[in-house]
Amino acid sequence: MKKIWIIAVRELKSFFDSLTAYILIVVFLGLSGFFTWLFGSDIFFIGQATLQPFFSVAYWTLFFFTPALTMRMLAEENKSGTIELLLTKAVTDWEVILGKFLACLMLIGIALLLTLPYYISVWALGPVDHGAVWCGYLGLILMSSAYISIGLFASSVTNNQIVAFLLSLFIGVFFLIIFNELSSGFTGLFGEILDYLSLSSHFESISRGVVDSKDVIFFLSISIFGLILAESSLSKRNIVE
Amino acid sequence: MSILVENLTKQYGPQKAVDDISFQVNTGEILGFLGPNGAGKTTTMKIVTCFMAPSGGDVRVNNFSIHDHPEEIKKKIGYLPENNPLYYDMPVLEYLDFVGELQGIDKSKIQNKIEEMVHVCGLNAEKHKKIGELSKGYRQRVGLAQAMIHDPEILILDEPTTGLDPNQIIEIRKLIRHLGKEKTVILSTHILPEVEATCDRILIINKGKIVADGTPETLRKQAQGNEVLRIQIADSNNRDKVISALQSLETVNMVDPVINSNDAFIVQSKVGKSSRRALFNLCVQQKWVLTEMTPIETKLEDIFRELTTD
Repeated sequence: MKKIWIIAVRELKSFFDSLTAYILIVVFLGLSGFFTWLFGSDIFFIGQATLQPFFSVAYWTLFFFTPALTMRMLAEENKSGTIELLLTKAVTDWEVILGKFLACLMLIGIALLLTLPYYISVWALGPVDHGAVWCGYLGLILMSSAYISIGLFASSVTNNQIVAFLLSLFIGVFFLIIFNELSSGFTGLFGEILDYLSLSSHFESISRGVVDSKDVIFFLSISIFGLILAESSLSKRNIVE
Repeated sequence: MSILVENLTKQYGPQKAVDDISFQVNTGEILGFLGPNGAGKTTTMKIVTCFMAPSGGDVRVNNFSIHDHPEEIKKKIGYLPENNPLYYDMPVLEYLDFVGELQGIDKSKIQNKIEEMVHVCGLNAEKHKKIGELSKGYRQRVGLAQAMIHDPEILILDEPTTGLDPNQIIEIRKLIRHLGKEKTVILSTHILPEVEATCDRILIINKGKIVADGTPETLRKQAQGNEVLRIQIADSNNRDKVISALQSLETVNMVDPVINSNDAFIVQSKVGKSSRRALFNLCVQQKWVLTEMTPIETKLEDIFRELTTD
């Protein structure tokens, strides 16, 4: 556990040492703020004290935001060879993967914390459904962790950051759009499976304030599956032919 | 702490990078790992440091197998990989702190350890810079510092002196010699004088197989087989007479006059025999003045070339 934390802290620091963290936080806050308060179906347009507009914007921004965080994680270490130095220290492959996962999750957590003023402002404007807001945040965190593990897997299979970025967007877009679109074209069991795999329905119900264990399990299983894939891709150097 | 390598094999596709090698390194021994490029040195090191699993065979470090207890082994090894990969965006001190924490050094001791490493590796002037801003030699020192920070009982150094200037090379060799007194050290290098200057034992590896194993002296003896002397005899006007007299000695196998010289000869003894005494007696008897008698040693370069070229 301690090793995971040490690695996570180092990664988080390196986000802030490079401009990555600042740029991504500014872009995230800027975009979500713009669409929540100023443009399109914003809060004043809806005329309700709700954070729904923010959640539907964050739903999209995080989709692009997370791969940009994760693309570096393993691809760069593979390329520069530092992975060898890291893995010959007294750490396991899992500790490395989980440390990097935690670092990304913490950065997204920080970005989401910085949107709390939105919540407070809306609260000042009218009666807010607090439960729905917290559920919405929970949904965003669960969704990010799914994207992070997909991103880590994408980053582990290549040593090119751009490839890692595009690959995680490619995998992500299936869960975000394609499964949803396909599911309407199929009936029966296959349609149901596709519908279950689609991220949007799970996120929508959580962000409306309904936390169903089915949805939580969906996000957690994508995360765990992604992490397992990332770990096995990292440890494939150990495969004995 | 001993390292025992047993029948180690590593296969990359159809190619065997390491082919069934076995050797042992004991505490207080500095083993020089020699071989041409692509001989399997780095692969062996990667396996011993638990970065890669072998295709066959086992490595035991203090009776822990790399298959069963890699965590135990990793704690005890300090490793400087080839090309010295480092996080260029981290400051030196922060990086050493990170490595120290990963290797499980106590929080209270870590500051002392970092200071010690900065001192030992001569990093004081550069310690606040980012690693990416350092010159190659200083990066190499950072690499050594991170390998030694947890005071490992085993040091594995893949070409530790590349990119260093001659002064630094001498310092690093001195450091390795010093560490080698109580630790087990394996170092790989292309630089042959370096091996002679630092190592107790040499392992020459070619195409994944061990082709020589021993101290520099025994290797020389093996390669040479018989004694070769260069002698110079003054006041002898008749070269042919000297040659035939030398040739008639019982222990002498062959005599060659040295080209461009009137009175120098190369005398090769028979296998396992020494002709120094007989030579001296002969000169005394003939009243020749012996002005030089030097044993000619086979250079490590020659041994290396002989063993690693087809």
